[in-house]
Amino acid sequence: MWKQPSPANSSFNEFNTFPLPQTQRGQSSHAHHGPVGHTQQPLVTGTSVLGLKYEGGVMIAADNLASYGSLARFRDIQRLHPLGKHTLLGVAGDMSDFQWLKKELDALLREEDALALTDSHPSLSPKNIYELLSNLFYARRSKMNPVWNAVLVGGWDKVKQESFLAYVDLLGTTYTAPTLATGFGAHLAQPLLREAYEAKAGIDGNGPLLTKEEAEKVLEDCMKVLFYRDARSLNKYQIATITSEGVSISDSKSADTYWKFAEGLRGYGAQTQ
Amino acid sequence: MVSKAVEAPNVGFDFSNYARNEFFGQRLQGIPKATSTGTTIVGVIFGGGDSGEEPGVCLGADTRATGGPIVADKNCEKIHYLTPQIRCCGAGTAADTEFVTNLISSNLELHALSQGRPARVVTAMTMLKQYLFRYQGHVGAHLVLGGVDVTGPQLFTVHAHGSTDKLPYVTMGSGSLAAMAVFESSFKENMKREEAIALVSRAIRSGIFNDLGSGSNVDVAVITKNGTENLRNYEMPNERGLKSRNYKFRRGTTAWTKESIRSLIVSEEVKSTTGAGKDQGGVEVVAVPTGAGAGGEEGMEIDS
Amino acid sequence: MALYHNAPMAHSQEPTAAPIEHRFNPYSDNGGSILAISGKDFSVIAGDTRQSEGYNIQTRYARKVWQLTDKAVLATNGFAADGNNFVKRVKQRLEWYEHAHHKPMGLKSIARMIQTMLYGKRFFPYYVYNILGGIEEDGSGAVYSFDPVGSYEREACRAAGAAQSLIQPFLDNQIYFKNQQPEPGSQPFIPGNLPLATVLSLVVDSFTSATERHIEVGDGMEIYIVMNKGRTTDDLLGEGKLQKGMQIEELGALGEGSGERTFLVRQALKRD
Repeated sequence: MWKQPSPANSSFNEFNTFPLPQTQRGQSSHAHHGPVGHTQQPLVTGTSVLGLKYEGGVMIAADNLASYGSLARFRDIQRLHPLGKHTLLGVAGDMSDFQWLKKELDALLREEDALALTDSHPSLSPKNIYELLSNLFYARRSKMNPVWNAVLVGGWDKVKQESFLAYVDLLGTTYTAPTLATGFGAHLAQPLLREAYEAKAGIDGNGPLLTKEEAEKVLEDCMKVLFYRDARSLNKYQIATITSEGVSISDSKSADTYWKFAEGLRGYGAQTQ
Repeated sequence: MVSKAVEAPNVGFDFSNYARNEFFGQRLQGIPKATSTGTTIVGVIFGGGDSGEEPGVCLGADTRATGGPIVADKNCEKIHYLTPQIRCCGAGTAADTEFVTNLISSNLELHALSQGRPARVVTAMTMLKQYLFRYQGHVGAHLVLGGVDVTGPQLFTVHAHGSTDKLPYVTMGSGSLAAMAVFESSFKENMKREEAIALVSRAIRSGIFNDLGSGSNVDVAVITKNGTENLRNYEMPNERGLKSRNYKFRRGTTAWTKESIRSLIVSEEVKSTTGAGKDQGGVEVVAVPTGAGAGGEEGMEIDS
Repeated sequence: MALYHNAPMAHSQEPTAAPIEHRFNPYSDNGGSILAISGKDFSVIAGDTRQSEGYNIQTRYARKVWQLTDKAVLATNGFAADGNNFVKRVKQRLEWYEHAHHKPMGLKSIARMIQTMLYGKRFFPYYVYNILGGIEEDGSGAVYSFDPVGSYEREACRAAGAAQSLIQPFLDNQIYFKNQQPEPGSQPFIPGNLPLATVLSLVVDSFTSATERHIEVGDGMEIYIVMNKGRTTDDLLGEGKLQKGMQIEELGALGEGSGERTFLVRQALKRD
């Protein structure tokens, strides 16, 4: 989903097996006088994030891989980031932009916490944080300097006593649905998530929601399918649950995969041996 | 002349539209190309092993054909016939899938005739890939090929560039990921026939509802060594409801600039003769009306 | 293994071996369609609820039609992020106006304001097609349609978005009676005078038909009906006036409430 990093002098790198680092931040050697550095393409990227509303909360899942082009560069990266007690971000796309985002949002939340100590200052709800992110992403795209991520915001709204799940990306595009997925997950996992959700809640969403166990099972199925079929994924992932109790992020786990049928396969065509 | 139509066997090639198509091709800038890039097509192998059922192949397809974002056909057939025991689902350029399957179907028939035994699925696969490779991807046919032959059930995908895959479950088209997600999470070896049909239609439904390029109905074909069962429109989850208004126009709604009425009833006298123009006794002379359609008695009438 | 250069399901977002695009494209097209029809003393503004990108459905419910004031409803279509942010700005300007003038902005003033706001971004446009519907100061139903950079016009009806080319000719025929000869000796057709029931069925048939033939239209629709003050609601709320599967709610007055009433009708559409 995220474009491959490529050497600046090469427009052809068919297999993308050897991405070279390049500094796009300021073309001129005199960095201070050069143009302002903008993220023109992502470099170290995370793939799909999945989100699902269930009975009493939301679950968000993402694997632990940060890729460098086709290289599985960092295999122990957490892409789920809690913000306050009742909100969690699941981030796909450029990991340096993600780290910047974390820094900014954590600073903001510290400020809010400080205010809350002295005042009857209400804490930021998931919706507040989402609104802020949407405005930030849209403003940055409008400056032609995008924050190169797709983000799922999951949360629990204390006032309305209901779960919150929404999407925002580098274009400032926003939407919400009971099941969400970014990147390759939108193609592979979203059909399974919708099917499982609608099987109980119905197409109008008026029926009962999935239980915690059912939701976890569906997400684990989806992460397995993504590992099978998304070349930028890893069979090591975390699931976060956000309920009225707060945010909890699981330890990294992996799905049971099945390869036995492959033993019987011979070739791709007429071969039999 | 009164003559009896010659009874011709209804087999072989039909070139009756050749001249017409050539004519259209010259009039327009080449023959227009309708495309159907959006599709979900799938196949699975089932049976055998502990299932206690005949091994076979189950193929599935949606029925939406598109031209850009417009739905060109709401109920087209994407499961093409190759031989009695081999079927081929097509995605990509509609014309290419149609022609390439027709061509290979003909060649397989000739092959079977010359060899005196039914053609194998690998033969169909090899013919398809060699043909497609020759055209370097310009023949835009992306196929799921399945069938049962003397070696058992066989399932392949063939890409437009000529590469092939041989797997127990396959998907293709714009809905391939939606359908593959279903297979990757629910496929089992040695499924029963009914399980395979259910899985295939679930995979197609996944494409229909999640991929905008796919839609309408589910077609299924089940092939075992006993024969092929064609389950056309196996599921119809997208039937259109009633329109809220009637759009019947009053007669005379359309304006005209000129009215001319002619009789379309042509009568001619036909005389049967034998020999040198002599009248033949006892043979009736019949006036043959031609070209008169429904309501053609008093010229044309607008059907209201 | 690279199987092919152009995958069969290739969409612009997919990774391909083509030369890598370096410049960031700040726009996207999120599909869907909107339309509005005005009557003598009412206006109907509608949109489907599907938001898509390429062959993907992002959500089956995203709002495209927005109540601005008690007598104005705006429908947006095109790039959803631009649409949402444009509506946000319009609403803010309307609030400022109300603070300054102690009355809500009139429909034709909103239309003119939308023009200037769109043209204000002439060289980095909002990729949005807007249709504004509501009640004019004289009590008549009105529809204004805009292009992305602010050219606008008052009309009796307008369709926009993905299925514009399917719906507009239908509306031309059914609302403006294009290509229809009046019966000899009868009164000539007057566009913009159809009864509400007829307009509602035309809206519903427009969307169900567009859903049949356009892949980006579907999932559901929202129909806003703005009625002039004092107008009867019997033809909307009366027994058996709504078709099967329709749900209706009245939206409470936003301002002081000068008597205009806005209703929202929802109906499901096909999801394939």
